[in-house]
Parts: sequence; structure tokens; C-alpha cells
Amino acid sequence: MPTLRQFKLPDVGEGLTEGEILQWLVAVGDTVTVNQPLCEVETAKAAVELPSPFAGTVTELLFEAGTMVDVGTPIITIDTDAGGAGGSAPAADAEPAEAADGEPAAGLIGGSAPGGRTAVLVGYGPRTTEARRRPRRSGSAAAARATALPGADYGSGGTDQPPLLATAPDMRSKPVRHGGLEVGRQAEAAALRDDAAPARGVAPGRRGPRPLAKPPVRKYAKDLGVDLTTLTGSGTDGCITRADVDAAVAARTAAPAQPAAPAGAGTEQRIPVKGVRKATAAAMVASAFTAPHVTEFLTVDVTRMMKLRARLAARPELAGVKVSPLLFVAKAVLLAAARHPMVNSSWDEAAQEIVVHGQVNLGIAAATPRGLVVPNVKDAGRLSLAELAGALAELTETARAGRTSPADMTGGTLTITNVGVFGVDTGTPILNPGESAILAFGAVREMPWVHKGKVRVRQVTQLALSFDHRIIDGELGSRFLADVGALLHDPGSALAF
Amino acid sequence: MTALPETREMVDPVPGAGAPHLPQRTQLVQLLTPEGDRVEHPEYSLEISDEELRGLYRDLALVRRWDVEATALQRQGELGIWASLLGQEAAQIGAGRAMAETDMAFPTYREHGVAWARGVDPLHVISLFRGVDNGGWDPVARGFNLYTVVIGAQTLHATGYAMGVQRDGAEQAVLAFLGDGATSQGEVNEAMIWAASFSAPVVFFCQNNQYAISVPLERQSRVPLYQRAAGFGFPGVRVDGNDVLAVLAVTRQALQAAREGQGPTFIEAFTYRMGAHTTSDDPTRYRLASELEEWKLRDPIARLKAHLSRSSIADAAFFDSVEAEADELAARIRSGTLEMPDPTPTSMFDSVYAEQTPQLAQQRADFVAYRASFEEDGE
Repeated sequence: MPTLRQFKLPDVGEGLTEGEILQWLVAVGDTVTVNQPLCEVETAKAAVELPSPFAGTVTELLFEAGTMVDVGTPIITIDTDAGGAGGSAPAADAEPAEAADGEPAAGLIGGSAPGGRTAVLVGYGPRTTEARRRPRRSGSAAAARATALPGADYGSGGTDQPPLLATAPDMRSKPVRHGGLEVGRQAEAAALRDDAAPARGVAPGRRGPRPLAKPPVRKYAKDLGVDLTTLTGSGTDGCITRADVDAAVAARTAAPAQPAAPAGAGTEQRIPVKGVRKATAAAMVASAFTAPHVTEFLTVDVTRMMKLRARLAARPELAGVKVSPLLFVAKAVLLAAARHPMVNSSWDEAAQEIVVHGQVNLGIAAATPRGLVVPNVKDAGRLSLAELAGALAELTETARAGRTSPADMTGGTLTITNVGVFGVDTGTPILNPGESAILAFGAVREMPWVHKGKVRVRQVTQLALSFDHRIIDGELGSRFLADVGALLHDPGSALAF
Repeated sequence: MTALPETREMVDPVPGAGAPHLPQRTQLVQLLTPEGDRVEHPEYSLEISDEELRGLYRDLALVRRWDVEATALQRQGELGIWASLLGQEAAQIGAGRAMAETDMAFPTYREHGVAWARGVDPLHVISLFRGVDNGGWDPVARGFNLYTVVIGAQTLHATGYAMGVQRDGAEQAVLAFLGDGATSQGEVNEAMIWAASFSAPVVFFCQNNQYAISVPLERQSRVPLYQRAAGFGFPGVRVDGNDVLAVLAVTRQALQAAREGQGPTFIEAFTYRMGAHTTSDDPTRYRLASELEEWKLRDPIARLKAHLSRSSIADAAFFDSVEAEADELAARIRSGTLEMPDPTPTSMFDSVYAEQTPQLAQQRADFVAYRASFEEDGE
């Protein structure tokens, strides 16, 4: 007669209410001994192995790996009477736990808590995010380890004197960290990358290049899916600020979704907000509601610039690169920014400081198949016109091919959005989070324009500059915009800059 | 002699702000190398019989088996929590066996090895972690106080007790246990100042297991811990905490000095917590596996086993018998744990004071009446 007993998921960490079965270390039909690891369970506090309280044969695994199970729920059935053949009802000590019904009310232990977590007695509650762990040893190896005394295989008592124990560390082994921390992964990656260094060269206390950031900023970055290791901090001592995270998010944000094709007459389509869309939304909201935006407009006669463009395109040093109107706008912005450095700055809320950047990392909003991305040209102010043209061309090509690297999208300080390519005159752009100014460049159109006292057909465009009014006053914004306009109207005035 | 990693504590948390006036080479007392080679130390010699050596091995093996079983019982939902001593067996057995019958120990919550050496039944310790009592042993009879969960508090109890011993004129020493993290606690520092001021017969036995839960030692101290004793005005010594012989020799000498009126000593047993801080902790989140692998090579039990085998002090039959005994012990702990009766709800009033106060008696009566007010039995 088989004796079926069930093992209920215990509270392995003082006040936990649930755990996720990461993997089973035994299968149905396996013979298990007392304390043989059955499965690996991850709780809010730790990933642990659960040893078997019974010896016998596994007859049923009640949950798949990857399932979140409430504490007190039976997870495995073991036949503790090897002679029997399985099939009878589980023994009385294993009545099924009250699982689904009687869910605790919000706020009570086991009930829901703010942040989608579950209230528990102590600790931070079961985690709501996923964690990945390295694969663990096989069930049989674990079983062998379970009851064996360390060193039990040593010295079986021959007459020869046994050798001394080998205690030299195995230098081939790499530091391996099996927990979830960034620190360990980085230390491990660094050790693996730097193969020439001693395998144990990770100095305690200096465990890999963990990026500096305050915990709220870490949480913020995690929520937005930003990997801090890809960012360069703009705060004190290279500390990554909220603004840096915002900038990173903005750099990879997607364009507004194409209007979805009507699914059918009169039916509405509901698209879950997630992934890039969610990050975009968060970044835009963050920018729109933290930085008080002001937008100013300027209509400019750019006929001379367009003529200069034709002349320059014929020059040998610009042969092979695209001499676009955008190039001139970029150059004008750089020249004007050099005159008004405050435009190229960030608001550091945490430090209560304005960060005036030493170089212009010029962001260019680019429409790509993945949506809108804003890669930037690093230290664009130092580039010659030809180099700038090359950099812009490369940037947009890379972006259109969908291969823009995170590094290209982070660290932008000033952005141009070329709405003119869509045939639009102007707009009120929202700041790339963390930046203080963004210039929208509209379509260049032939328009009737008063030129030298007479109405002529001239090539005219509109510029719109949005800026962060915390940093940039109306006067500064106006002067900057006027300078950009003047440079586009009369490129020769650059000689005076 | 194998050097322990000097680099670990020499990493300076504040670059350039180290302690150049202190010796940079640490002194480590060792009598048994990690390879199992018996070596001599100029200041600490140890006369020990083969029988005693086998006894120490048995202690270490049984305590480890107890610890493994308790951890498993916690994972099976039978204990609320368990603080594992894995890796620290030699430090605890060495210290526990160094005590004289009349000495008194003040443990933390991890001193299962010392409890074993003082003759405390493992089940009396387990019952505390199962939550059915506050620790089932008689501290006076065993010379082993109840576990103290508040970090460092027991060092004050120990110092006060030692001052009492002094006033009684008793030839008795007190052994105060603490961990590396506790050295950052105010009361530990107060205890050491009082102990020094009164030359109290107390030995501070610090098991430096390298981590205060997740905080590595180098975050807490710029100097090796044993060097701190100099600041309090009593000797400090670092002993290889995974070498049961060295721990035994060093602790014996310190306790003898205390009994003879030479005042306190600080012992830093340099060891490593191989497991988690408690069963609620996940050390893989803050330790590199390579570090653990390194310390496995310094295992306290393996080295004694190697020494016993090499010196023909013990044979395979002995090791087998110890293993069989360990399995018996584990089975006894398992069945004993599962059979522990739940305490009656009113028993919580019993041990608050030596004598019941009127207020407490009233509370107890109210509680009994309250429970009786339910229709169904709440058991």
C-alpha cells in the first residue's frame, strides 16, 4: 500500500508568503533520500534549495518550474512506502492548503501593498521583478552533496602516510557570482575580459566598476530599463543623476506610433503601453512636467544659405558628403552655443546646480524604422564643416539601419529636430530630458518675402526653440535663437562670431 | 605555513589614509596548516594526547552534522530560522574546549559549537529556533549563558559578570563571544573599556568571519581587529580560526591569564562563514563564489582529518564510526525537533521575572479569560 505524503512550500525566510520554483532537481519516478535537494525556490530574500523531508519515490510534481507558489501549498508528492505503486489519496498530514479562496485584504499580511508587492511581516516583500540565475548543478550531484560530510572521502587508512591536502587555489577558476547583483556580474565580466590578469584579481572593496548613482536613481533607471553601466554620470565624481537617466531614455525613445490601421469599422484598438512606448511616455512626461518649457519662433529668409550650400557642395573638401540644410543649421547652432554657453547646460535637481557642459554633444532626432531615436555627435563644436557633415551622415545612416549604439544615444546636451523633412513648418518641441534647449527646423519653402524693400520669392524657413526656463531666461533664449537665425540668413556673419 | 590573504584587510577604504604607524604584516598564530601539517609556534605550544585529538575531530564533525541538519529542517519549514556555523567549527570547538568546567561563556546566537562543548543538548538550542521556548538549557549549570540576539550586548553582560567574579574572589574566567560586525557596536567598546579599567577576568573571543551580514570587514576597520585591543590597553592576538589546535592553545592561555588576575585579552579568530548569515540571507548576492572556493581549501575539519590520518592517530574505522555517530545525531535531532510539543500560550508569562509580579499575574489571568471567551478551542 503506497503512502503518499506531500511537502508544502515552507516559509524559508521569516514572514514570506510565496516563492517561485526556479527549477526542479528531481523528476517523477526518482528515488529521493531525506535532505536530498528537491527544487530551487526563489523568495523575496534568497534563492534556496529545499531539501526533502521524506525518503521515498517522487510520484508527482505539483507545479511547473517558473510558477509562483503560496507558502503552505503542497508542491510535491512522495511515496514513502517504496513497495506500493502510487495512486491513493495523499496522507492526512498533507491536506491541500487554502490557496485561492480567502485572499487577504489589502494592507494585511499577505495582502496587496503599494507598488504591486505583497505585504509581509518583515523584509521588502516578494519581488515583483524577475531575476535570472546561473544554471545549477544537476540533481544527482546535489544529492551526493546533501548528506556527505566534507572530507569524508579522504584517508581510507592505509599504512602509507597520505599526502598533505592540496590547498593551492585553482588559478584557472574565475570569480563567479551567482546572485543577482550588478557588482558581481561586472566583476565577473571584468575578470573574464581581462584574461591576462590573475583570476582572483578582483580586489575586495573594489569590486568592478559599479557605476555611481544614488538608490532612487538606480530604481528610476531600473524602472525605465536603462543600464547604468552604459551611462556617463554628469554629477559630482561622475555620479549618474536622474537627468542622465532621462537623457538616456530620451535618446532611445521611439517616434509616436503610426496610427494603427483601423481594425474594423467602428472598432477601437487598445494597445498595451509597454516597452519603448512606456519609456518614451515616462521620459516625455518627466521632461514636460519638470522643465518649464518656453517656445519661441523665428521666420528666416535662408536664400543665401541655400546658395552657399550649392557653392560649398562643389568644393573638393566637401565632395562625397551630403551638404544638407540641416548641416548649416547644426553649424549655426554650434556657433551660437559657443557664444551662449548657458544654452548648453543641464539642471541638476539633486545637487541644486546648473551643469554647464564643456562641450556640445549635438543630438539629431532621426526617424527610423524603430521609431524616433536621438543619437548625438560628441563634441560637435570641434568638428570642421566637412567632419560635421560626415558625422551627421554616419549618425543618420546608422540610426536608419537600426544600429545606433547606446553610447551614441547618451550624453546629448543640445538637440535639433528636423521636422521640415516631413513638410511641416514648425512645432513646439519637448526637451530631450536633461537638456535645456531643442531647436525645431521647419521646411524650407519658396515664399513671398520682403527683400530689399520689394516683395520677392525667397526661400524661407521657420525655427522654433524650446528651452528650460529654469536655466534660460527669455533674453538668453531670444538672443540664441536670433543668432541662429542670423547665421542662416547671412552665413557670412559667421566670420563675426 | 600558508599565509592567509593579507590583501583582504589591507585594502584601504580611504586611499592613502591607512595606518602607517601600525605593523603592516599581521601575525597569525597557527599550529595546523590548511594542508594538515602540524607546526610549532614560539609562544603558543600545545600538549595534546591522541585521544584528545580524536575527540576534537569528533566534536567538529558532529557539530557540522548538527548544523547541516538544522539548516535542512529550516528549509523544510520546521524551524523559524537558523544561524549556520558552517566553517566556524574550529573556532568554536577550540574556544569551548579551552574553557575550564567553572568558566562562564556569553554566546551570540551562532555559538552552537561552544554549546556542544559545554554539554548543551542540541535539541535545547534547536527549540529556541523552532520558537517553542527561549532556549532550553540552564545557563548556570552549563556555564553557558542563553543566546543573545542583540548584537554585542553579551559583551557587557560578560564584563559585568567578570567584575562580579572578581568581587567574589573566584578563580574563574569569562569568555565573551562576538563577531567582527559587533566590534563596530558601542556596547562592545564600552565593555572593553570597563574590562580594561577593572582588569576584569574576561576574554573577548571575536570570530572574524569576514562579513557583518553583507558588509565586508574592510568597510568596518582600517586595521586588523586584533590590533584594536592595543587601544583599549590589553593584549590582542590573531589566531587561525580554522585551526582548532591554535584556537585551543591561544584561548587556554588567555583564560588562564584572566583567572590569574592579568586582565582581559582580545582574541581574533580569523575564519570564514561558509554559509549564509542566517537562513533568511542569500550570500551569493554579496560574495564572489571564488572567495568561497578559496576558503573551502582551508576547511577546519579536512585539515584535522589529514593530520590524524598522516600521523596515524586515527584510521578509517574511526572516521567511519564518527560518521555513523553523526548520522545518529542527525536522526535524533530530526525526530526530536518534529516531536517538540508546542508551548502552552500562557507559558510566555512564566520566564519574564524570577518571581511573578502582581501586574504580570493580572495579565496572565486576563489572557486566560480572554482565551476562554471563544466558543471553539483555539488550539
